[in-house]
Amino acid sequence: MEKMTEHAVVLRHVSKIYRQDTLAVQALTDINLDIPKKELACLSGPSGSGKSTLLNLIGGLDKPTSGEITVDGSRVDLLGKAELAALRLHKIGFVFQAYNLIPVLTARENVEFVMQLQGIGPAERHARAMDILKEVDLTGLEDRRPGELSGGQQQRVAVARAIVSEPSLVLADEPTANLDSKTAQALMELLVHMNQEHNVTFIFSTHDKLVMDFSRRLIKLHDGRIVEDRMRE
Amino acid sequence: MPFEARSPPLVVTLAWRNLWRHVRRTLMILFAFALGVWSMVVIAAISRGSMEQQLDKAILTLTGHIQLHAPGYRDDPAIEYRFAPPDAALRAALADREVAAWASRVRVPAVVASERESAGVTLVGIDPAGERGLSFIPEAVTEGRYLESPDDQGLVLGRKLAERLETGLGRRVVLMSQDVNNQLGDRGFRVVGLFDTQPRQAEEAYVFVGRAAAQQMLKMNEAVSEIAVMTGDRDRPEATLDRLRRAAPDLDIEPWTVLEPLLVLTQKITDVILIIWYTIVFAAMSFGLVNTLLMAVFERTREFGLFQALGMPPRHILGQVLVESLVLLLLALLLGNLAAWATIASLKGGIDLSAVAEGMELVGIAPVIYPAWAPADMLAANALVFVLGIAASLYPAWRAARHVPVEAITRV
Repeated sequence: MEKMTEHAVVLRHVSKIYRQDTLAVQALTDINLDIPKKELACLSGPSGSGKSTLLNLIGGLDKPTSGEITVDGSRVDLLGKAELAALRLHKIGFVFQAYNLIPVLTARENVEFVMQLQGIGPAERHARAMDILKEVDLTGLEDRRPGELSGGQQQRVAVARAIVSEPSLVLADEPTANLDSKTAQALMELLVHMNQEHNVTFIFSTHDKLVMDFSRRLIKLHDGRIVEDRMRE
Repeated sequence: MPFEARSPPLVVTLAWRNLWRHVRRTLMILFAFALGVWSMVVIAAISRGSMEQQLDKAILTLTGHIQLHAPGYRDDPAIEYRFAPPDAALRAALADREVAAWASRVRVPAVVASERESAGVTLVGIDPAGERGLSFIPEAVTEGRYLESPDDQGLVLGRKLAERLETGLGRRVVLMSQDVNNQLGDRGFRVVGLFDTQPRQAEEAYVFVGRAAAQQMLKMNEAVSEIAVMTGDRDRPEATLDRLRRAAPDLDIEPWTVLEPLLVLTQKITDVILIIWYTIVFAAMSFGLVNTLLMAVFERTREFGLFQALGMPPRHILGQVLVESLVLLLLALLLGNLAAWATIASLKGGIDLSAVAEGMELVGIAPVIYPAWAPADMLAANALVFVLGIAASLYPAWRAARHVPVEAITRV
């Protein structure tokens, strides 16, 4: 049941254990976290600290071993596959480290993909895709397929796809990892703009200081636990 | 719901483009499938053509579509099972527009003897004009002449029998058979014509004389052994059969399917062989299809995870793989059917198997086979490939839809 809430994301006693044969790896331990709406939060920590796992759990891409996860009023840990797909479709945008664009679709079609799933008509879809591609400075490259774009251009397409349908929450895993500093700076400015103008909540997972500098809240993880959670000065 | 309304075109776009990601692989499986469909349709056409020829030949070899006899004649085709010539009611039924041709015959076992040899045969007394369009004999006389009337005093022999009797045109032979008084009736006839036909066994089996001549020899007066009828439609003789049975309730009136049960059995065996052939070809094709789709699914594990991450429901992912299979199948069916049509059209003049004609004849197959384009066979082959092809695609599609998104996305 969806409820009105002040928080975009609420986690209560969330743990995640990966099991392979007899081996069990504790990826997250008793995570409690409240992310208010319109937040610009950054998960940091060394590799293996649980940043990506936490993002995946919030996005409903994976299930927690225990604990409760609520996204925009919906209990993600209790939803079935189809309900999770619907939640992701309408409320969550993803930006992945490896871009994850659909190789057989052009940049514009990749951006239109989610809107098409949402049932938005072709004319509106096209107009919105062209606008957002202009915003991420990809005008003229709309009809190129991912293989014909540079890493930075592909990541901008991925960002455009994540934000074009104006989700309430965007989860970005290492969004600047494959970008040069200038492109990374431009990308972060764009995301902050989206946060301010469209009230989109952003949660980043990163090692990149630039991303941390743009974030308002820093959440540090170590060995699957939150070791620091503070607002930036 | 708008989602439902908009998704299919997206699924189709993705399916179509994904198919051509590996052009060579897609073309190979497409060619293999088209070849399978081609072989199904062409072999069905050849089998059906051969079967149809056998049927038509058997029907022309004195069977017709319907025969009328005195009860008991079919078990013992002897002279005592004779009946009076058709009365007014039966003639009216035989005059129906659905009756293409009919003729009454004397048809009894007999012995034919030349001065050197003798042989057991079936003596057939015919009305020569009535046999046109009803049996093979009017067109089969290749030497001498065909009989001219029921009163014709000549005799027509099969070439093979003439050779065996060491006789020929213009020579006399003697026919012997039991007459209506159970006495041996015999008469000398001059050979006026020789006939050639397929199968060649028929050349030794039948001796043709005028019907009146036969009746006179056997002291039958106007009585006959059988009436043979040809209808407008071989496969739908029921209406004519019904009319004839009402007009002559005392006669044994049966269609060719009862008179020639072996032919019906052969037809059924042909159908079963075709189904077995279809199944074997499809089984071979389905391995290729499942393998291709599974490879495509494994290669795109990441993508399927991404689709789920972006909000595509699992059933639409299943649908996407099925649509890929559907497009592949439709293209293969189109190509296979076109190729089959072209092949069958190019074989319109027949497939000449005369080099092995003797052997073929023994199993009742004509030396030249004319493929018959049978829409029902083509439809069956297409439906089988289509339905089973989609069924075979379910497993790869299910594999694609059941990925956990995070596992799929993080897989390298």
